[in-house]
Amino acid sequence: MTIGSLWFWIVGVMVTVYVVLDGFDLGAGVIYLLAAKTDDERRRILRAIGPVWDGNEVWLLAAGGTLYFAFPQLYASSFSGFYLPLMMVLWLLMLRAIGIEFRAHLRVSVWQQFFDAVFAVSSILLCIFFGAALGNVVRGVPLDASGYFFEPLWTNFKLGMQTGILDWYTILIGILALVTLTAHGSHYIALKTDQDLGRRARGIALLCWPLQFFMTCITLVATYFVRPEVMANYEHHKIGLLVPILVFSTLGVMLWATPKEKEKEKTAFIASSLYITGMLVGAAFALYPVVLPARDHQYDLTIANTAAGQHGLEVGLIWWTLAAILATAYFVFVYRMFRGKVQAGEGHY
Amino acid sequence: MESALLIHRIHFAFTATFHYLFPQLTMGLALLIVILKTIALRRRDAVYDQAARFWAKIFGINFVLGVVTGIPMEFQFGTNWSIFSKFAGGVIGQTLAMEGMFAFFLESAFLGLFLFGEKRLSPRAHWLSAVAVFVGSWLSGYFIIATDAFMQYPVGYYKAADGSLQLASFWQFVLNRWALWQYAHNMSGAAITGCFIMSAVGAFYLLSHKSVEYGRIFVKTGVIVGCIFSILQIFPTGDKQGKMVTDYQPTTLAAMEGLFHGQTAAPLVILGQPNDAQQKIDNPLEVPGVLSMLTYRRWNAHVQGLDAFPKEDWPQNIPLLYYSYHIMVGLGTLFIAIMGFSLLMLWRGVLFKAKWMLWVLMLSAPFPYIANTAGWLTAELGRQPWLVYGLMRTADGYSKAVSAGNGMFTLLGFMGMYMVLGILGLFLLWREIEHGPEEAEFAHGLSGPTEAHE
Repeated sequence: MTIGSLWFWIVGVMVTVYVVLDGFDLGAGVIYLLAAKTDDERRRILRAIGPVWDGNEVWLLAAGGTLYFAFPQLYASSFSGFYLPLMMVLWLLMLRAIGIEFRAHLRVSVWQQFFDAVFAVSSILLCIFFGAALGNVVRGVPLDASGYFFEPLWTNFKLGMQTGILDWYTILIGILALVTLTAHGSHYIALKTDQDLGRRARGIALLCWPLQFFMTCITLVATYFVRPEVMANYEHHKIGLLVPILVFSTLGVMLWATPKEKEKEKTAFIASSLYITGMLVGAAFALYPVVLPARDHQYDLTIANTAAGQHGLEVGLIWWTLAAILATAYFVFVYRMFRGKVQAGEGHY
Repeated sequence: MESALLIHRIHFAFTATFHYLFPQLTMGLALLIVILKTIALRRRDAVYDQAARFWAKIFGINFVLGVVTGIPMEFQFGTNWSIFSKFAGGVIGQTLAMEGMFAFFLESAFLGLFLFGEKRLSPRAHWLSAVAVFVGSWLSGYFIIATDAFMQYPVGYYKAADGSLQLASFWQFVLNRWALWQYAHNMSGAAITGCFIMSAVGAFYLLSHKSVEYGRIFVKTGVIVGCIFSILQIFPTGDKQGKMVTDYQPTTLAAMEGLFHGQTAAPLVILGQPNDAQQKIDNPLEVPGVLSMLTYRRWNAHVQGLDAFPKEDWPQNIPLLYYSYHIMVGLGTLFIAIMGFSLLMLWRGVLFKAKWMLWVLMLSAPFPYIANTAGWLTAELGRQPWLVYGLMRTADGYSKAVSAGNGMFTLLGFMGMYMVLGILGLFLLWREIEHGPEEAEFAHGLSGPTEAHE
């Protein structure tokens, strides 16, 4: 394995950690207005994610930074090519942060309703955008000989050489992401809260299950239809079979654990996290060693033609390892400090 | 200028300028909060603890604004400056990734503990979480400065076969001498912002006869620390920074001083308007020989003017560069006067009674923001027409794939968004100041309902 491949998997793991961690607070935002009816319940959801959501979001920045460091050409091409949706993601992230944080500073009912809506709507849209982004990476983008591309938000919603960000396939992945993260967030809120709120969150998770199962099957078939090449790695390396096994067994565990009244919230949440991990690792496994497929395959961006210089990548391995150990330690510490169900009247939110 | 280039430049300039309004206070306050917490811990003084709690609330609001306006910065290298990103990413990707990996994780993890964990932590552990937030925010500053320093004075790289820059020496790049002095200068500037804001809020309380006990602590802390950093800002950090510009960016030096024609015993222009067309300073107020002294430590040294360099290497916006530099230096000098005089009055025990001086402290609050902004404008306009000094021109670095129309769309979007953020931020900060330090909740809700505000 070359050092470039190592960095491919490091970035892949970081993106996965981001989706698993920020995924549950995004999902909490999706169900925020549905699950929490009273001000107290809303504040308990905010308290459940309050001390950690910012740290979770840092994984996006750290993954983006690491992607830039390891694959400058990929960062340059994809960020300028996905210009419009990325900017919209930025605006949504801003609005969402304000929705979460400023609610506590402005305890006026009218404005709290406003912040609540901002938090929920931005969370929903972000889930769909992130899913569509993944869809774009799997489907391929209109790269040309220059190594750059620019995608409009949509063209004709069909798969062709001049695709937009949104077409039927990427919208499908967007819906899968929304359903998955809604369930993920519901499992987290069920784990972190009790009483009516916890019960409602579990109810939503239960409702999500058939949808999630259905969408998983549909998108797997659709992906094969859109890009048959995704099967190549699976055919050559049998270890890839672990991915569908993981995905479907975690779905099974979720179905088993979610309706249980007590003690199984953690199992369901872990299963949901592993499901997300399986789906994303599966996508990365299918792409490897391509990092951004082109609609015209001769222009594919690969590890080899996007990676930074050898010396830089080697040096990076030293500091990255050190930083990753430290970051893991902080996260374990913070999550332990705020473990257990959130109580009424505790904390800032 | 080509319209897409202009849009992309304004895009970055606008978002960066607005963003830096927040981190400068974050970094300055992080230091001051550690100082307040340290005093509280050592003297077991509950008032200092409460003072730290109040500033933690201000810090929290400001931090959120810094984070949400900071995320776009990390994206914009790729979105708007993709050609540059590919060209220099093999080197500056290192520091940008390290910022996320080392600084942001530290900062975000411990900010949650610092803001919400006071009752779950021992006093010493809570103090430690404040220190971790301080270290994280100052570390983050270093990685950004090291990135900018590479663009100002590229070292530790080699040019790869495909024309891109790649890392040759990690330590040479990370410990770039330009970065070390620029960092010291920049962080001192951030501390000054924190100090002026703290003493301004203190002065407001003293003048309005409420929270007087806290007002005194704020003024005292702000003035003592502010005086130290105001001096450090000019000497040695500003002086060394100027020396580096002299040595490595002589064109920039000539442009920011408004020195169109090289001369011996070059004068320092205090006031006057640069006249681009006639290449002279209108209405000059000059001190003879001082520029030669400052740059080469000799009164009659020869300083190169713009005429010594080819015109295509001149910074494009000489008047704005000249004014930014002069405003920065002028305000920096004023800070020493204000803080020095306040410290003298504090020492003589008359500051808290001297209404006029409290008014001065209160109304000075915006000046460090202007000075820090002007300083960054000086650095970045002075680097022009280069994106990476001597290696890549700004005109060659922007995203060719992103049209002017799409760029303007998002620029307008950011302007609208930042207007809302700015108004909301000011409004919320003002509410916290109005509520006063006594009402900053003990451990954020430990002692009762958080609705105490209403």
